[in-house]
Amino acid sequence: MRSSQLHHRGLGLWTWPLLALLAALPPLLNALGLEFYIGVASRLLIFAIAASSLNLILGFGGMVSFGHAAFVGLGAYTVGILMDAGVASAWIAWPAAMLVSGLAAALIGAISLRTRGVYFIMITLAFAQMFYYLVISLKAYGGEDGLPLPARSALGVDLKDDAIFYWVVLTLFVAVMSLLQRLVNSPFGWLLQGIKENETRMGAVGARVFAVQWQAFVLAGAIAGLAGALLANLNGLVTPHTMHWSQSGQLMIMVILGGAGSLWGGALGASAFLLLEEVLAGYTLHWQMALGVVLLGVVLFAPQGLVGMFKRRKKNVHG
Amino acid sequence: MDWILVVEQALNGLQFGLMLFLLAAGLTLVFGIMDMINLAHGSLYMVGAYLMAAVTEASGSFGLGVGAALLGTAAFGMLLEVSLLRRLYARDHLSQVLATFALILICNEGVRMIWGAQPVLLNTPAALSGPVELLPGLMYPAYRLLIIGVGLAVAGLLYLLVTRTRIGMWVRAGASNRAMATAMGVNIRWLFTAVFGFGAALCALAGSLLGPILAVQVGMGESILILAFVVIVIGGIGSIRGALVGALLVGLVDTCSRTLLPALLRQLASAEVASNLGPALASILIYVLMAAVLFWKPQGLFPARG
Repeated sequence: MRSSQLHHRGLGLWTWPLLALLAALPPLLNALGLEFYIGVASRLLIFAIAASSLNLILGFGGMVSFGHAAFVGLGAYTVGILMDAGVASAWIAWPAAMLVSGLAAALIGAISLRTRGVYFIMITLAFAQMFYYLVISLKAYGGEDGLPLPARSALGVDLKDDAIFYWVVLTLFVAVMSLLQRLVNSPFGWLLQGIKENETRMGAVGARVFAVQWQAFVLAGAIAGLAGALLANLNGLVTPHTMHWSQSGQLMIMVILGGAGSLWGGALGASAFLLLEEVLAGYTLHWQMALGVVLLGVVLFAPQGLVGMFKRRKKNVHG
Repeated sequence: MDWILVVEQALNGLQFGLMLFLLAAGLTLVFGIMDMINLAHGSLYMVGAYLMAAVTEASGSFGLGVGAALLGTAAFGMLLEVSLLRRLYARDHLSQVLATFALILICNEGVRMIWGAQPVLLNTPAALSGPVELLPGLMYPAYRLLIIGVGLAVAGLLYLLVTRTRIGMWVRAGASNRAMATAMGVNIRWLFTAVFGFGAALCALAGSLLGPILAVQVGMGESILILAFVVIVIGGIGSIRGALVGALLVGLVDTCSRTLLPALLRQLASAEVASNLGPALASILIYVLMAAVLFWKPQGLFPARG
């Protein structure tokens, strides 16, 4: 199976130097007097987790969900509301966030997966909008203004320290990525990718199409919930805007930019998008124009996304 | 709840629905014929509104402003189609999403660079600024009546154009089966440039008519774009008739639920519950409507592909 088109390699020998570099980032930034960027790095990794979870269903499963931000938001709200109720422990709140988002994904997926194509895009959007307006109506939890968190979750280590928080996020990022790598290279992952290529044939050879898609959808929702829990801790604030459709759109853009259906597409796209934003905004007031031009360039000249530029030219796998 | 409020809201809903139809008509044809997701459709609406505002301000004539917006936006749309969007037809939906999202960013920033970040506030034309007494006790703004009139006229014309003319036949053929239409000798390439320009002009019409009611500002295209997508999905992609029915449904449900639902809730539950839940329920209602339609008719109300 090593040479199969369905196999997605990890980083191989690059893993350890890259990981060492990522782990060494906080002291490096401290030494350079750029402490502010530790928070930016955490944000990047959190969005990398969220985008990678979307990539599982969008890139590998061919399910273009336009409501993924709802799961991120639900995770964030779970942490916020639990903390409001006095439950500050991350050991309870973060799994609870995954559970709530996973349950929501189970419900939304069960209904949405009856439709295909654009109709799937729009029905996932519809459900996300429902949750968006629902949290706005929660006046007890801040309504439109959002819910401030009095502190970060309690994990046993001091999460108030930005560097320690970053390392925790990095650990979870590594865990999520290795889980995803194992998953897409497992028989389940092959089924998922096969269904993306040709649903009818996979059904004909005995794959339980709906069950496979639904399980992937639920797992993606749960991982997005974890990203939401981390995001709430990073920002110290949970707002309905986390669930806004433009956030779902942004996650989609990250995945497509990085390379949908490539293991590292989500992480690369999220980092590239947020870094571009950060860098361009530093140079010009009109950074959106520049960002637009860059994205347009990627579409026209790198059809497989950023990941595609690193790969050797080979036959189009996911045609 | 008195009947005047109900009639007034129904008229507002009709007005909003007709404007949504102008946007959805172009969107559904682009989608139906070329199988192209164009997120930048809302940007054409914004560009139209800004062109109208600029020309109206410079010339002092609202009519001239609308005319210039129609022509200018149609030209802009066709230029976009020929130079860029045409390259994307053969690509998958995801590439189209990314490219047209990039276009939104570029258009928004371009408008901001030319006209500034402040919203442009316009007055309704002086001749139409007063109210009209429709029925005893029912006063309705003349300008909104004009919008309803124009909307109905354009909807009627469009219906005739699509169902009764040769060009309309080509368009329907293209939406129903592009490859077959090409094989039968329809020049889809140029037909589509024309349709795109026409759709852009319709966007500009909606943008410039709504300009004096809503504020003309950067980002005005995105929120209405989502509603336009809801409309075409409810109606069935590629179907003009579906777009009209969908637009009127969404316009009426959205507008009426915003005012009538909280009032209704107040009678059923406590005032506090009503004020908390009312607006949220009202906003959710069109999405519930869409989900329900898709649940029972997964291809929308009037599927164009047979």
